[in-house]
Amino acid sequence: MKIIVCVKQVLDTAATIQIENGAVVSPGSSRIINPYDEFAIEEAVRIKEKNAAAEITILSLGPEGFNDAIKKALAMGADKAVHLLDRKFDGLDSYAAAKILQRYIASVPHDLILCGKQAVDVDMAQTGAMLATFLGIPFVTVATRIEFAADFQNAKITRQVEGGSEVRELPLPLLVTCQKGLNEPRLPSLKGIMAAKKKAVLTLSAADLGVDDGDINIADNRIVQENISLPAPRKKGRILAANEAAEEKVAAELVQILRDEEKII
Amino acid sequence: MNANTSWQVFGVVIEHDAAGVKPVSLEMINAARKLADQISATVVAFYLCRDDGGGDDGNATATQRRQLAAEEKVADALIQNGADEVRFLTHPDLNIYIHENYSFALMRQLEKSRADYLFLPATNNGKELSAVLSAKLGVGVATDCVALSVSGDGDVAAVRPVFAGKALATVRFRGKTPHILTLRPNIFRGTDPAAAVPRRGEIFREDVALPEFSHQAQRLVKKAASQLDITEARIVVAGGLGMQSPANFKLLEELAEVLGAAVGASRPVVDNGWREYSNQVGQTGRTVSPDLYIACGISGSVQHLAGMSSSRCIVAINTDAHAAIFSVADYGIVGDVIKVVPALTHEFRKVLAA
Ligand SMILES: Cc1cc2nc3c(=O)[nH]c(=O)nc-3n(C[C@H](O)[C@H](O)[C@H](O)COP(=O)(O)OP(=O)(O)OC[C@H]3O[C@@H](n4cnc5c(N)ncnc54)[C@H](O)[C@@H]3O)c2cc1C
Ligand SMILES: Nc1ncnc2c1ncn2[C@@H]1O[C@H](COP(=O)(O)O)[C@@H](O)[C@H]1O
Repeated sequence: MKIIVCVKQVLDTAATIQIENGAVVSPGSSRIINPYDEFAIEEAVRIKEKNAAAEITILSLGPEGFNDAIKKALAMGADKAVHLLDRKFDGLDSYAAAKILQRYIASVPHDLILCGKQAVDVDMAQTGAMLATFLGIPFVTVATRIEFAADFQNAKITRQVEGGSEVRELPLPLLVTCQKGLNEPRLPSLKGIMAAKKKAVLTLSAADLGVDDGDINIADNRIVQENISLPAPRKKGRILAANEAAEEKVAAELVQILRDEEKII
Repeated sequence: MNANTSWQVFGVVIEHDAAGVKPVSLEMINAARKLADQISATVVAFYLCRDDGGGDDGNATATQRRQLAAEEKVADALIQNGADEVRFLTHPDLNIYIHENYSFALMRQLEKSRADYLFLPATNNGKELSAVLSAKLGVGVATDCVALSVSGDGDVAAVRPVFAGKALATVRFRGKTPHILTLRPNIFRGTDPAAAVPRRGEIFREDVALPEFSHQAQRLVKKAASQLDITEARIVVAGGLGMQSPANFKLLEELAEVLGAAVGASRPVVDNGWREYSNQVGQTGRTVSPDLYIACGISGSVQHLAGMSSSRCIVAINTDAHAAIFSVADYGIVGDVIKVVPALTHEFRKVLAA
């Protein structure tokens, strides 16, 4: 069973950000594996623990710095990694990125592809379903549970929808995008970190992938970012009477404001 | 992009469930109408559903009548909110959303009737469907848009939060149409159409053919009971570690019940297993933009703020007067949630009953 996990590196979620020359900057903040991709990696490792024949490949499209994320994914238990690395890949939209991920995946055996449900930088939540559509394989998004049949040929997947969940059963090959609730990602062990140093990371350029410039030129992006700004700061709030044991009074005051001034209730 | 076409078509894919048309769908119609009124454009609603009309249960006419009456009611709501056309696309397997079936039916429709922009809700299903359509049609998609504008020649620009709302990106589309936008719930609410002049629109019905796979995909779906989702609720009452125990969340549920609100939570509350993960608000949870967000015993970490700071009105209750949550709160109460929340519940109940 060949498992491919698509991993993106993103800015630390604790980072506060600024805008400089039309780009987001966050001096001094670190980079992390996209939190939803950690669920995907963890799920792959758990499948391998049940199915020794499974092999996990981390697939990452991004600049040199993505190495840190790739190493951590290997330390968590993945077997090898493929890093799609080329200046030409800078600034691609989800559509173009999914096309390139597809180009690689289509060239290798794959039974299960795991993605995060969303990258917490661009917040598009599109790449997984696009990739599956390009590959022409079934997919389930926003999964919170994956159960396999004994022969690993079929999977029963629970996905989150607003106000509830639904279950679908599908044959492999299959793509799943992972949501919180699926598992608790492990921290890499010291042994895992040492082992990761010896694991193979294959780097492929646009030429290696045989993608012609037309396919991947940022000028072909279907979405163009025209401007980026910080949200307007919220107006300074009002602190209601904070003196002790006056809950009823404060509550009455707030309810009156929400009704008469804010007109919310 | 469409400088030489004078009459634009804004398609809107309606999301609905057993409870009827989802509020976000009416918001999308509203948003499309607002844009359409600034240029020359038509708003076309696509409503995918089952056609019960020809049922062979020996009671066909009664079922048919019921179905038609229900459709008429739906069509009227969509038209009063701003649709010029409502197109019912029917097939027995379109009774619930399955991306294979929905995307197939919509692809067929879009081959026949042009759309320059296609609006979908930024729900889990809407975002899934937008990705499939984008990949199949080779068109761009912008998800989770919170503001829209249109230029004189009909180009739509969209504002979408990135980094969970820590920044706002304005994007435009290039290349083939329809350009796809998914709109965040609770942002584009319009004025009550009952107050406006009645509008007129056209209604079309069409049976669609679905391929072999449709029925199989259908059979395997099981859906859990519906409850009010935090991303769709108009009011969210959220609890953090300051609630101190899972049992104390009963206080929030009582308040939520009085307000018709949904209960949200901070991440550690979810990680502790006090609440379901679907309740988590924040950068790695759900992003909510309700009219009112009541944060109870939540400190206001960067990650939590990212998920709720675009709420219209924020109320925070915290014992620590220096808690970061107060920096985004419109109204702050420095106090103990265990005492303040029941007092609020009591007061809201009193006022709402009056
Ligand atoms: C990668 C990553 C992703 C994350 N994503 C998220 C996310 O999506 N959402 C999220 O929420 N967090 C997220 N976090 C966690 C975040 O950093 C904070 O740890 C978390 O938001 C704190 O939760 P809290 O406010 O409930 O708890 P605390 O920070 O412990 O705050 C509890 C608050 O309750 C107050 N309090 C205590 N007793 C009372 C009382 N009796 N009455 C009133 N107030 C009281 C305290 O003064 C305090 O302010 C993430 C962290 C990481 C590393
Ligand atoms: N550059 C990338 N390299 C590898 N995987 C990616 C990349 N971009 C997105 N993905 C995958 O697609 C998911 C959703 O991303 P997005 O659609 O951008 O929100 C992520 O969680 C990853 O699993």
